[in-house]
Parts: sequence; C-alpha cells; structure tokens
Amino acid sequence: MNLLTTYLGATLAVMVVGLIGVIALVSVNALFLIWMERKVAAHMQLRPGPMEVGFHGAIQTVADALKLMGKELITPEEVDRPIYYLAPIVVFLPVLLSFLVIPFSPTWIIRDMNVGIVLILAFSTMAVLAILMGGWASNNKYAVLGAIRSVAQNVAYEIPLLITVMSIILMAGSFSLSDIVAAQGRYWYILVQPVAFLLYLTCATAETNRAPFDLPEAESELVAGFHTEYSGMRFALFFLAEYTNMFIVCAIATVLFLGGWRGPFLPGVVWFLIKVYALIFVIMWFRWTFPRVRFDQLITFAWKILIPLAFVNLLITALVLKL
Amino acid sequence: MIELGIEEKTYTLNLGPQHPSTHGVLRVLLEMEGEFITKAEPVIGYGHRAHEHMAENRNYHQFLPNMGRVDYLHALAFNQGYCMAVEKLIGLTVPERGEFIRVITSELNRISSHLLWLGAYLLDLGAFTPILYCFDDRENILDLLDRITGSRLTYCFYRFGGVPQDLDDEFITGTRAFIKRLRKRFKDYDNLVTKNIIFIKRTRDVGVFTREQAIRYGLTGPTLRGSGIAYDIRRSEPYSAYPLFNFEIPTGQRGDVMDRYLVRVREMEQSLRIIEQALDKLPEGPIMAEKVPKRIKPAEGEVFQAVETARGEFGCYIVSAGDIKPYRIKLRVPSFGNLSILPEVAVDTLVADLVAILGSFDVVVPEIDR
Amino acid sequence: MVTYIKDILTGFYSLLAGMAVTIRYFVKPIVTVQYPRQQLEMSPRYRGYPQFIIDEETHTHRCIACEMCARICPSQLIHVEGIKFPGEKQKRATKYLHEHYYCSLCGLCTEVCPTTALEYSKAYRLAGYRREDFVLDHLKLLQNRQQALGVPITPIPTEQDIAAAAAAEAAAKEAREKEAKAKAEAAKAKAAEAPPEEGKE
Repeated sequence: MNLLTTYLGATLAVMVVGLIGVIALVSVNALFLIWMERKVAAHMQLRPGPMEVGFHGAIQTVADALKLMGKELITPEEVDRPIYYLAPIVVFLPVLLSFLVIPFSPTWIIRDMNVGIVLILAFSTMAVLAILMGGWASNNKYAVLGAIRSVAQNVAYEIPLLITVMSIILMAGSFSLSDIVAAQGRYWYILVQPVAFLLYLTCATAETNRAPFDLPEAESELVAGFHTEYSGMRFALFFLAEYTNMFIVCAIATVLFLGGWRGPFLPGVVWFLIKVYALIFVIMWFRWTFPRVRFDQLITFAWKILIPLAFVNLLITALVLKL
Repeated sequence: MIELGIEEKTYTLNLGPQHPSTHGVLRVLLEMEGEFITKAEPVIGYGHRAHEHMAENRNYHQFLPNMGRVDYLHALAFNQGYCMAVEKLIGLTVPERGEFIRVITSELNRISSHLLWLGAYLLDLGAFTPILYCFDDRENILDLLDRITGSRLTYCFYRFGGVPQDLDDEFITGTRAFIKRLRKRFKDYDNLVTKNIIFIKRTRDVGVFTREQAIRYGLTGPTLRGSGIAYDIRRSEPYSAYPLFNFEIPTGQRGDVMDRYLVRVREMEQSLRIIEQALDKLPEGPIMAEKVPKRIKPAEGEVFQAVETARGEFGCYIVSAGDIKPYRIKLRVPSFGNLSILPEVAVDTLVADLVAILGSFDVVVPEIDR
Repeated sequence: MVTYIKDILTGFYSLLAGMAVTIRYFVKPIVTVQYPRQQLEMSPRYRGYPQFIIDEETHTHRCIACEMCARICPSQLIHVEGIKFPGEKQKRATKYLHEHYYCSLCGLCTEVCPTTALEYSKAYRLAGYRREDFVLDHLKLLQNRQQALGVPITPIPTEQDIAAAAAAEAAAKEAREKEAKAKAEAAKAKAAEAPPEEGKE
C-alpha cells in the first residue's frame, strides 16, 4: 500500500486498491448471492436446494459460471451491432462504479464525495438506458416490448425512491454517505422514518426488477424480456449486474436507515455486511412469497400510492425538522 | 392533419403448443392491438390419442385402463363413469361398501386434482412457492391411494360390480390424519394466497362472464358454479352413495376468476366433509357384486351416465350392438365445453389476464383431445 | 379518502401475513427425499411389472398356460405357450413373455388368472438401452428369484423336452384311444356271448 502511494499518490492508490477490491467483492458477492437465493428459495419450499457440488452446494455457482462461459456467443443477424455489444457493458459498469462512494467502515471508502447519494442515483438511471439499448438492439418484437415495460417500471419507481431519499437527506443535512452514517450516532433513522424505509424497500425491489415486480423477466408470460437474444457470458453480465444492483440498493438502505457500519463489538465492515445481507434476505423473501403484479397495476401502484405517500412523508419530515 | 401512412393493424401472437403456463398442449392464436387482445382462438388436437377409436377395438374389460388416461388428474371419476355406464348396461348393482369405497377414493382424487390446479395456477401468476406446498399435501393423498390401489396417478381401480381390493385400517387412520392436516394447511393457503392483495388485484373482476353466457356455452363444474348456478351432478342427478352425505355446493356471485378460485377451494373443504362422513358410516360387507360375468356381452342398446369430476360433467355414452366389443363409446369431457368460452371472455384483456383466465378454467388438454 | 387509506393498510397487512407463512415454512424440516442417496419403500400393493408368485409348497410357479391373461391384456403384450407334460395333471407354461414397454399396469392379468399365478413386483428402477431389454422372460426371472431365495430352480423346458412331451402326449392319447376301443369291443363281445349262454339252458 505504501509502495503504491509513493508511486501514484494517495488518492489514486486508494482508488486502484479499492477498484481491485470492488471487483473481487462483486465476484464473490455474486457467487454467494446466487447460492443464497437458491438455498433460501429451497428451504421456503421445503426442499434442500443444491447439495451435490461442494458442501451443500457451495460451489454450485462456480459450476454454473463455467457452463455459461463455455456457451457459444450467438449474435443474431439483424441486430444493431455496436449497441448490442455495448448493452451488457453499460448495464454492468454503473453498478460497479457505484461502489466508489459506499462507506464499508469508517475508513474503508474509496472516495468520499460530497454528492455521494446523487452519484449513485444517477448511475442507477444509466442502467435503465442499458436495458433499453439491449432490448432495442435485439431486433426482436418481444424484447423491445419487454424493454419498454422495464423502462416504464424503472422510471415510475425512481420518483418515490428519490423523494424518500430526500427525506433522509433533509434529516442528515448532507448528500455525502459517510456524513449520513455519522449523523446516525444516537439513533438509526429507521426508528424515526419507518414508512420511508418500507417505501424505499419497495422501490428498491422494483428498481432491480425483482419479484413481485419482475415482469420484464417474467417466464410464464409471453414477452420473454429484454435479454432474450443474449446468450453465454453476455447474459451472465446482465445477471451479474442484477445481483450487484441488489447489493448496492441494500447497501444504500443500510447507510440511510440502518446506521451503516455502526454496531457494538464487531468491526464496522462486519456489521455493514450483516445488515446488507439481512436486507437482501428480505428482498429474496419477497420474491418467493408474492405473485407477480400485472403491468398496469404496477404503474398505478407507483403513481397513485407510492408517490403520494412519499410526498406526505417528505412534508412531515420537513415540518418536524422546522419545528 | 399529417397523414403518416401507417394504418393501425393488429398483429398475431401465438401462445404456442409448448409454453410455460402449460396445461397441456394447447395453442391459442391471439390477435393483439398493442397490449390488448382483440381475438383469441384456441387450437386443439395436438394431443389426440384416439381413445374412442380404441374403444371400438377392445372389450369392455380391456378399455378400463384407457379411462384413467383421458383425464389423469381425476382418473377415478372417469373410471367410475365408465364402470357405472357398463353396470347400467348389463344390470349389475354395486354393494354398499363398494359404493362407499368408490366415493372415498374419488373424493380424495378430487382434492388432489384441485390441489394441483391451485399450485399450477399460482405458478402461472408468478408465485413460486404455493405449488410446492400443494405438492407436499398431494404427496399424502397419493401415498394413501397408493396403499389401496397400487398406483399414484392413472388409477385403474374400479371394476364392473365394485372394487377389486378393500381398504385397510392404516388407510383409514391415515386418511383421518390427512383430513386434520389439510384443514390446518387451508389456513396457510388463505394467508398466503386468498387474502394477498396482489392476488386479489390479479383475479378480482377479471374474466367475467354472465350466467346466460355460461348456460349458452354449456359450461359445467366449478367454471359454471363461479357464475352463480349451483348445478352439481352429485346433487341434481345423484349417483353412487352421494345421497347419503351432507355437503354444500359452493357458488360464486360475480363470475370472475376470483370466484372460480374460491369455488374450488371451498369444494376441497366439502370433499373433506364427504370423506369424513363416509369413513364414519362405512358399512361392512362385500366389495364386489356377486355374479359378475367374465365375458361381458350386453344386449343391444345404449346407455348414458354422467358423473361430476373436478372439472365438470363427464358423460360416458355407450352404444352396444350385442357384441363383446362396444359399437361406440362417446366420452363427453368437461374441458372441451369449458374452453369454448375463451374467445368471448378474452376480448379486450391483457396477456397477463389471459393467462389468469385460462388457468381459472382448469383445462386439462389431453382430455379435450382424448 | 378513508377507503384509500384502509385499502393500503389491509393490503399491507395481507402482504405481511403471507410473508409470515413463508418464513414459518423456511424453518421447517425439508420433506423431500434425496434420491438416489435415500430411497423410499414401495407400498405393498404397488404395481410394478407382473411376475410369477413362487408357490410356498412347490417352490415354483402355478401357471397352467390357459392364456386368459394374454386374452384380456388391452395391449396384447403377453405371449404364453404351454404343454401338458406326462405324469402331470395340467398343462404347464413353457414360454411366458411379457413386453413391458407398452404395459399400462392395469392389473387385469393378475386379477383374471384362475390359479392366481401372477403378482405385482416392486421393481420401479427399470432402465435399459434398447426396447428389447424390456421383453421380460418370466421363466428366466423366476429362476433368478428362486436362486436368490435359495429354493430349487425350476428348469426351463427346452425344445427337446417340449417335443418329447408332445410325442409322449400323442402316444398316451393313442394308447388311451386304443384301450377305449378294445374295451368297447370286449364289452360288445361279452354282450354277444351272454344271451346265447342263457338261452342254452
């Protein structure tokens, strides 16, 4: 570390080490999350889940990844090549970059920007662009329909997300994520803003296209989704982006509501990861309990219920803070 | 006004014979305008196995296994319909214990059919866990029926004149335990599914058809009872031991998908009631009629017998020309009529709704194609 | 306005109730069996392919080759041949083939047999590479089971045995017919002799 610092300068060294760490984290996280999803699903369904490969299926994901890497990268004929090749990259890159500002512990933060939360929200919007690119470039009627639906869903659910985050920012007084964690010294924000927490969780589930809002990837419906025409490693990138996105939104939820790395005895990173994975478990719990929401009901839910509630929450927060 | 030169056209979408919301090999040709369906046309025949043709080339005895394969989910009711028709033709009466055993096994089979429908329907709607809970319950039923019939799905259990093998004590204790267990599980299903706001929103006021439409299309079974008409063959043309039991006929008011769902769930509870009463009142005695002819050569004539299966009315119409092989057996299956209302109900709905409506008809496509 | 809020609250509560059910099942033990590491026992009446019952006293099969099972099988899968061996009262099966690949396990053959020679086996793990693997020779299978049980094996009659038995049967039939003819002639002769003797007096 010191060697790197002398050669590159402090900030750059931190960035390099941080990015390597982030890539490692993303891979290990995806590995772990896919296994966790399958095990959670299995035990909720009274069955054991993967048991063959490794102890209780621990390296099942590695086997699946190897299989995906061995698949042929089929490119359909009439696709729009530049956009088709770029879409998986554009969907994965912003998610990777969002890791820059997340405070894993008081000192482990790659770059503590003072617009941290805004950066992450901006990057998550880029993911929407990538979905549209993927759907459009596939030259497939149904992929376009799936992509359009996904875009509508993501845009509709970003608004209550932003408004909910605004109420937290009002309370903390800053956009920087480490400041928000620092401001939760006495009590965690979930205690004063439970409604905001629930709203955030709902919007986060919709943002990551997870059930019950997983219409863009619905299997039992007709429209097969924006990633129909992708196979092999490109599909794996979309998948990877989805799971990493899940990690990011839960990390933001931990920072905003659950006090980030705060907790007794154990080091900050451990508490942070425990809280993030607990929230990820809750999101997985949603998936295996609820049926899918129909598309028009999804949009109605966002516009008619979530947005008014979010506004009311913001107003009440503002009023209480003023007084 | 700028003329764009694009006319608003509909496009054709094919819900092909193989698709994940599979109830069999059914193909639905959809004409869609944007997201809405303007025309839905089911195309059947992908699973034709020529059962009625086989009936013309086999003895009455040899045709027994075929009946279990027509609708494999409620195979015992189809067995019962055929056996009762032939018994009518040759003039056999089934002893009381035989009738009771037939009712108990048939009702257990009805519950297992409804449980499978429930699980598969929720899978169509996107909930991945209830199907596994339903299959867990269904395993109990299948094990119970395995103890006495020897098969788990396509039973060939009833014979002309009664049943070939008797119940044993373990079956009776097992069934009583199962009844208790299933009643507790119904509460779980209630909480997980029936009261769930997402499920209610997907099924309430979707796929509504009126009583007149239902009668006009000749619907039977829970699809009909969801529209408010309490027509159940076990009540209106009683057969077997059903007149001895107390049970209600659940109906719905609005004729939407939710009502059909509730009718089937309540039917499961009523079936449990019937089984309980049958086990309490089970008489001793023979299980087969005394003089069952080894070669069945009925006199010339025709006979029709209708029974109530999990899907509706199954009718077996046998024409005999005095030979050991029947001249013609016509099987009137409920799913054929129930599917016929799909083009009318599916207009102006979304594809997601179409999946919900199709599931609520509880169509088993192999029985449509026979 | 009030219904709006009430709807939101009941809806939210219903979601929580559903989640409570799933988490309760999450901590319950699993109900599946990890086949093939763990295996289940079949119920006593389970229908595997039909096989001969090993009679307790004679330690062999009871089939008399009446072919009732072959006639009642809906798919005409059973092929039986039998012959009467000299010194035995009834026919005995010399060939019993059962083509299992079309069998619908209806059970009609086991029920119609007059000597209850057939029962269901408990075999369900059947696998083979060709369709011919599933043509079951029941006399051979019977030998395998007898060997496993340690009882004397019933030999399968060979062509010569069958031919010899047929010849013996034919010879015995001829012998009986001759005897019957001779008896009839002797009776006639006796009847012819008796009245003249009486008349002589």
